[in-house]
Amino acid sequence: MSGSAASEPSLDPALQRRVEDFLYHEAELLDAWRLDDWLALLTADVAYEIPSTDADTGDLSRELGFVHDDRERVEARVDRLKSRHAHREFPWSRTRRLIANVRVRPDDAGQLGVEANFAIWRFRSDRSDTFVGRYEYRLVEDGDDGLLIAFKRAWLDLERLHPHGTVSILL
Amino acid sequence: MTTPAWPALPAVDELVVDEPERHSFRVHRAALSSQELFELELERVFGHCWLYVGHESELPDPGSFVRRRVGTRPVMFVRGQDGRPRVFFNVCPHRGATICRQDRGRTKSFQCFYHAWTFNTEGEFQGGPDMDGYGGEWDRSAVNLAAPARTASYRGFWFLSFDPEIEPLDEYLGPAREYLDLVVDQSESGIEVLPGSQRYTIHANWKLLMENSIDGYHAAPVHVTYFKYAGQVARKAGGTQAAGPSNRYGFGRSLGGGHAAMDVRQSYGRPVARWSPLFGEEAREPIERRRERLRELHGPTKAYRISDVTTNLLVYPNLIINNGVALTIRKVDPVAPDRLESTAWAAAPADESPEMRERRLDSFLTFYGPGGFATPDDVEALESCQEGYTCMEPGYSDVSRGMDRSPTYLDEGGLRGFWRTWQAQMADSEPRNMEEGTARVDWEAARRDWEGEAP
Repeated sequence: MSGSAASEPSLDPALQRRVEDFLYHEAELLDAWRLDDWLALLTADVAYEIPSTDADTGDLSRELGFVHDDRERVEARVDRLKSRHAHREFPWSRTRRLIANVRVRPDDAGQLGVEANFAIWRFRSDRSDTFVGRYEYRLVEDGDDGLLIAFKRAWLDLERLHPHGTVSILL
Repeated sequence: MTTPAWPALPAVDELVVDEPERHSFRVHRAALSSQELFELELERVFGHCWLYVGHESELPDPGSFVRRRVGTRPVMFVRGQDGRPRVFFNVCPHRGATICRQDRGRTKSFQCFYHAWTFNTEGEFQGGPDMDGYGGEWDRSAVNLAAPARTASYRGFWFLSFDPEIEPLDEYLGPAREYLDLVVDQSESGIEVLPGSQRYTIHANWKLLMENSIDGYHAAPVHVTYFKYAGQVARKAGGTQAAGPSNRYGFGRSLGGGHAAMDVRQSYGRPVARWSPLFGEEAREPIERRRERLRELHGPTKAYRISDVTTNLLVYPNLIINNGVALTIRKVDPVAPDRLESTAWAAAPADESPEMRERRLDSFLTFYGPGGFATPDDVEALESCQEGYTCMEPGYSDVSRGMDRSPTYLDEGGLRGFWRTWQAQMADSEPRNMEEGTARVDWEAARRDWEGEAP
């Protein structure tokens, strides 16, 4: 699986640039609702997780969270969002993601542990919701000079989903 | 979104228009949007019911505590050093500061941060700095932690009431007890609430979520994406179940007392205790063993109800227990005429294996919860209705399904029992027509039918 990560973030500017660019690209796809292109960034064994705002350890095999998807479920999630029957997102909300504070920690198995801060605005039905939190990623090489997401967890800083009510978009 | 001031509010005893002979039941939308009625409701309904506080398993040790709002009041739910759970108002008797400022934890005593007054876990005032400053006549016993008029537990589910005259909890729960028993009796070791809760605000009146939770009629149109996904997964795992709610044996009914239930025979797997390929081959043996054990303990009919029937229970006024692909407890709190706060927990048999627990949580998140494939669309529906109430026309909601037939799960008898109880509390009158929307169920016959036995 993953190797053990370096304890200090990498200071290699080329690596930093590469990872940031990848995260900006991911955000661009999601804000444009290019969901199939986003799916292409995920590995076959990807895990996508959103622990509860009330999380204890974030171990979703033992505690209740909001999202705990494997590849199959995240594909079904995309399928759902593209149908006209995901009523919470029909029509699609407008979103804008800001990514910041990106730290990259390569591990000794050639994978990249990445942490970043996020703020996502969602505009719909005369309201705006802001999702704020921290990402934990594990990125792997795709063999073609590109990167793929093997693991993505979005920790929310919100105390509760107020006023949001739901997590209906991909974070 | 602004809620209109209704120009002519109906009289409080005319909010519900109940006409069984015309097969018609309507509710004026001011009941779901008026500030005046909301405030009256806080006293007339929330002031005179048993309100869910929490589950005993949330307090594992002496000194364990959680805090939350119940019926708008901030409370602490604490297990004393003496082992007994209690409920206190989370408000210092001194000047009103919030005493318990963490959502959960364990403590030997509580200290208010304002003037350092201290209370033990049984709620008794222990003292503060310079107690010589209080005169000899001063009554120390008046500054113990204040508590709601009544607290009681039914099989580990703790409730409070602000009404000292309210009937005992067992009597109040009445026919809802049977459904709570089906939940607790899933396991010989009882059930426990799991870590992690889901807390979310919905821009809708709290009663809309109560309706939605026992309304089978919306399942097909609203949850089409969930059923599609569930069907795909089932087929991939080797099952052949059709995706979709089965109306072959299911009904929604009023239980009396404002309580309601939906029972739908479940052709999918249930963690307790009906195996499905979704749970994986290694889960088959433990699930079937549990299934057999339930038959031994409870007889075939009760075991059938536990293993094969999905139940959604509404405990009046604001508690929902969904007992389907996973077990969830949901407390619904009124915040404003157009806003509710929902808190949902997962619960499970205390003796469940880690593998089964993982599958159960996985099962939970596909459907239940604000990040799943179903709840977000319910939230959208409720908010959409609430927005509709900014328009005063047509003025009434229709809740008439099933008034001239035996209740199916597509019918609204359960909702009507809820509204009739609500109306009576609001108008301080006796509830009427409470028989309508109820049904006697021959569970033995239902089981035989399901299991293909001769009637």
